[in-house]
Amino acid sequence: MKSILIVEDSATTRSLIRAVIEELGDFNIVEAPTGFDALKLLPSQEFDLVLTDINMPDINGLELINFVKGNPSYKHIPLIIVTTERSEEDKKRGMALGATAYVTKPFKAPEIQGLIRKILNI
Amino acid sequence: MSSAKKEFIAEAEDLLEESGRLILEIQDTFQAGLNPDTINALFRALHTLKGLSGLFGHQGMADLSHALESLLDEMRLGKVDISDDVVKFLFNNIDILRAIIEGLNQDKEQDVSGPLKNIEAFRNSLKGTAKGPELKGLIDESMLMVLSEYEEHRLKANIHEGRGVYLAKAIFSLSDFDKALEELTRLIKSKGELISTLPTSSNVPPDSIGFNLMFGSADPIEKLKTETGLDIDNLITPKATEPVPQPQKAQGGSDLQRDAATLKSATTTVRVDIEKLDRILNTIGELTLAKGAVKRIGEELIELYGHSPLVIDVHKISQTLEKRLAELQGQVLEIRMVPIGQIFSRLAQVIRKYSREIGKKIELVMYGEDTEIDKYIAEEVIDPLMHLVRNAIDHGIEPAEERKRKGKKDFGTITLKASQRGNHVIIEVKDDGGGIDIQRVREKAVERGLLAGEAELEEKEIIDFIFTPGFSTKEVVSEVSGRGVGMDVVKEKLAAIGGFAEIDTEKNLGTTMNLTIPITLAIVKALLIRVSNTKFAIPLTSISETVVMTRSDLQTVEGREVYNLRGEMLPMTNIGKVFAFGESEAEKFFAVVVGVGNRKHGLIVDELFGQHEIVIKSLGEYFAGLRGFAGAAEIGKHEVILVIDVDALIEESVIKQKVKGGAPNV
Repeated sequence: MKSILIVEDSATTRSLIRAVIEELGDFNIVEAPTGFDALKLLPSQEFDLVLTDINMPDINGLELINFVKGNPSYKHIPLIIVTTERSEEDKKRGMALGATAYVTKPFKAPEIQGLIRKILNI
Repeated sequence: MSSAKKEFIAEAEDLLEESGRLILEIQDTFQAGLNPDTINALFRALHTLKGLSGLFGHQGMADLSHALESLLDEMRLGKVDISDDVVKFLFNNIDILRAIIEGLNQDKEQDVSGPLKNIEAFRNSLKGTAKGPELKGLIDESMLMVLSEYEEHRLKANIHEGRGVYLAKAIFSLSDFDKALEELTRLIKSKGELISTLPTSSNVPPDSIGFNLMFGSADPIEKLKTETGLDIDNLITPKATEPVPQPQKAQGGSDLQRDAATLKSATTTVRVDIEKLDRILNTIGELTLAKGAVKRIGEELIELYGHSPLVIDVHKISQTLEKRLAELQGQVLEIRMVPIGQIFSRLAQVIRKYSREIGKKIELVMYGEDTEIDKYIAEEVIDPLMHLVRNAIDHGIEPAEERKRKGKKDFGTITLKASQRGNHVIIEVKDDGGGIDIQRVREKAVERGLLAGEAELEEKEIIDFIFTPGFSTKEVVSEVSGRGVGMDVVKEKLAAIGGFAEIDTEKNLGTTMNLTIPITLAIVKALLIRVSNTKFAIPLTSISETVVMTRSDLQTVEGREVYNLRGEMLPMTNIGKVFAFGESEAEKFFAVVVGVGNRKHGLIVDELFGQHEIVIKSLGEYFAGLRGFAGAAEIGKHEVILVIDVDALIEESVIKQKVKGGAPNV
């Protein structure tokens, strides 16, 4: 079973993303409410995909992407940025740092589902 | 109105109040160096309002707060320069939102397309007003890449303000880095503003994690190194040798992030409708009655069985009950208390906004903001206060030219001061304007036939005429933007909560309005009295003393019964007469002296029963027009008595004496 990590400080958005992924099939879904939690979870298991917000407490999503892409053990993990319409510049930076795709909040379920299908080859 | 809607309106009002306060703060500080927290907080308040409005289906409000949120976002990111115009624009839009909520209160939805277009146009007009320093070449590109737009703005702001930018490095064990990092961030925040926290795994032992913390500080690197003991790299050297003002709370950088965390954890407060607290107080009131019954049974048991162990137990339990109930009551009353500063800050907004509108410079001074007052009373007192403040701005404070001529400072000063005195809070609204023209008030009173031309009155008595309904001289009553109400309304509103106003005015020096209001209304101590065959309660807050007297002590002066109380002529009111019970023939009776200061009055009653704690309940719509009563209260054994509204009763009796004959509307 593929594992997906959702990094997002809003509990509502987290469960929304989880519901959208669950609709797609059986996944091991792990939630991180903060960037720090994500840093701790990363070594705990193999992830096939990370979805991350940009503006969060402690570290921001860009810093997380930079960390993942800069670490030999994680750099293969694809990342999807999930953030608000206003963060155009932030999205650009995230993509430049190595994120695979981005989704704008408020998102539509098929949008995320389509991306995941494509990225995970399912 | 549904309770959900009520809750929505209450929350929206709170958010707008908070927003107003924050815009004020922005207005006061943007020139000297704004704390980024302030804009972030305003941004979040509007963001929350947007979410809330959307949730409750008020699309117009959601759209409007969304548009404002976008403007705030641009301010937050430094894309827009803050100016007086921006501040004014924000104020106006908060007013529009307020008006929309006001409309919701009356079930009106408003069209917001106009204001939306205005915001759009305003944002367009501001585009490109702000310029920050160019970062490329100053700081390594790889470091800039990971900064969010907001962090980049904070970095620019720090450079712009001449602070140094540093990089602190630390390595922690992966298992518990968050605690250690938290301490480190706290340390850095005490030295400046944390801009970014970058985790790294290069050059780090296994099972560890490294962090590069970018921060701005006015301190030189050597000082930072010795004071923190950290490994610090210099990215940009601070410019100024003089100390640069730090953001007020020495936090920033990741404050959006930090605040997001606060949003989740700091909500240990609960919003409760005051009606629910009223209900608890009612229940406590009823429990108090039950407690009384237990006590009575205990006493009866002693008489029947003497001090047997069981009887003593009952007695003890009744005592514990009494103590705990009193505690509970005290605690609930405490919950209802709010600092008067809440009201002051709302007034401050009005003062600033209004003085700007009419072009008078006014300095506002506040004292005693921590003084606590019952939430209900706080809400009731705000309108009268608002009116007094507007009056002071309109008619009290002179135009700058006139002030200069009089040798005063060209700006006026309004002082709001609160203090507690026993069971009352005194709120002082003071201006250093021209004072009330007493001669003009007198003329007006004579004109209106309220006063004989030759009557000799003291200044205080003349000033009291401004509280007469419909009385208005340009000098004392405001009719600002159609919202004006007379001072009589101020008096009436204060009286409704058992308060009153006193005026002190001096020509060319200014006017002071002293409002005396009770701290709480919920539970009051009252004196139980009997008039003829009926029991009444008189709130102790209105009573100054009681006197035993005989019929011969009463004198008649100009058709009024008075009593010589230690040399002071106390006007007397016979409650029996007012309520048309017929006059008692008893030789010995009591006078309850009511009123504070120079408004003393004596009430003639037949018997005093002692003090009682009562919960005053409204008489309901059916008796809404009934004057002379503050409500009804239950006093045990299912006995319900009326609570006398002292002020109204005295007025009623005065009217009756004038009109002669016929019972008042009781």
